Amino acid sequence: MERTEAELIAAAVKGDPSSFEPLIQKYSPRVFATARRYARLEREVEDIAQEIWIKAFQKLGSFRGDAPFEHWLMRLSVRTCYDFLRAHQRNRESSFSEISDPEDDWLERFAAAPESTSEHATAAIQLIARILDQMSPAGRLIITLLELEDRSVKEIAELTGWSVPLVKVRAFRARGEMKKILERITKEKYL
Amino acid sequence: MKIEELRAKLLAAARANPPGDHVPLAFERRVLAHLAVKPPVELAALWARALWRATVPCVAITVLLGVFSFIPTRNIMNSTNEEDLSQTFEQTLLASSDQQEEIW
Repeated sequence: MERTEAELIAAAVKGDPSSFEPLIQKYSPRVFATARRYARLEREVEDIAQEIWIKAFQKLGSFRGDAPFEHWLMRLSVRTCYDFLRAHQRNRESSFSEISDPEDDWLERFAAAPESTSEHATAAIQLIARILDQMSPAGRLIITLLELEDRSVKEIAELTGWSVPLVKVRAFRARGEMKKILERITKEKYL
Repeated sequence: MKIEELRAKLLAAARANPPGDHVPLAFERRVLAHLAVKPPVELAALWARALWRATVPCVAITVLLGVFSFIPTRNIMNSTNEEDLSQTFEQTLLASSDQQEEIW
């Protein structure tokens, strides 16, 4: 007979790692999708996912069961990703001379005709990834949750553990930060 | 170039292309293998934990010694008519030299 999620969690809390395997299999796709939002290299993504599951096993005792396990795991995932961003803060002041030729072409096409420029172009995806890489950890986290995952301020507050006013303040700052980066690109390219 | 329009376009590009959710082969096995391995013993962590555990008894002993050193002082003061412990100690220590002075 197949064990329920609650039974698997109870067994894992008692120290049986094999009970944890079905949970890893079920929720790993969501964990990997979350990790890929914050890390570009697949090696880094796997490290983050592994850390999330190890932390989940160690902290499983704190899971009270009053909310779905997935919500608890997502909170842990987002916080682990934020820790990763803070630990691997790249050189955010690097010049945009690193922009590739396709990205450069996409920007030029956008400057000429903004409406007709495709948002499905690989160059646009690479460009936004590059911009997010340049942002501060908190800014990147907020933009990802608010703008890309379309989450509410309250949801972000629950996921991150920040207060609602703090989320609002950080969202305001993150938008300003992103605007500054975009202005820098356009100044470097077109002025 | 309109910055706000560019920002909206790039965010739309990111939204339209969410990251994949594929999991590497046998990933769960790797995690379980990691969980099965006991973490290596860290001597520094053990030492730090022992020090923390020793803090409360050490503080308790210090407080007790402080109290004990205070109580005899008060007893002596009461028993020797307001004499100070330091004076009693000095008298005891210099008793032999006082005797010598008397002999000479």
